[in-house]
Amino acid sequence: MIRLLFFAHLGEQIGERQVTWPHVPKTVKQLKDEVEERYGISLGRVMTAVNEEYARDEAPLHEGDTVAFIPPVSGG
Amino acid sequence: MTEPLFAITDRPISVEDVMKKVMRPEAGAVALFVGTVREWTNGKRTLFLQYEAYVSMAEKMLAQIGAEIKEKWPGAKTAITHRIGKLEIGDIAVVIAVSSPHRAEAYEASRYAIERIKQIVPIWKKEQWEDGSAWIGDQLETTAYPSGKPEVKEE
Repeated sequence: MIRLLFFAHLGEQIGERQVTWPHVPKTVKQLKDEVEERYGISLGRVMTAVNEEYARDEAPLHEGDTVAFIPPVSGG
Repeated sequence: MTEPLFAITDRPISVEDVMKKVMRPEAGAVALFVGTVREWTNGKRTLFLQYEAYVSMAEKMLAQIGAEIKEKWPGAKTAITHRIGKLEIGDIAVVIAVSSPHRAEAYEASRYAIERIKQIVPIWKKEQWEDGSAWIGDQLETTAYPSGKPEVKEE
């Protein structure tokens, strides 16, 4: 099981900011594909953080990870 | 109690409080950058902004920017506070303070800090206009991250 976090427009699109994902996909890429399919959203320009560190698509996932989907940021 | 150098807050920011965090005898200069909420952007009127953050990670990324500055300008000390929640026109959204022995490093590091905030810190703003609202991505909608990860910007 892993925890998914959705921010900004993503949270509004899927109607939840935090979701429990019942299984652990092998990689970030695999998770992104599953999430896109499940919610009908595009994660094309979205960055991913695993346990608060930016992660590439090929990064592996592990039980208990927190994965955040981070749209292009606009702070400042 | 020591105030953290890198903070996300939902309260108004005191510029002086952020500045005090970096003042020290070795410093001969403090550069302050204050980001405020702008009313007009390209002819469109903003009524107010809503900022959201991944708070725990945002504070870590602000600290990382402080560490990057320390590496590039070893004499510099940085403090950054960013506000989230509903902000009105003219409100302070972010304050960056950098102190250094001489002014050049403080100016350069301050500029570096705001550019990095706009690249790597997970904070988003939602613009509320007279006729609608939208989450703003990167300011010009021109930056893509093909690798899924922001590239580290070299000098």
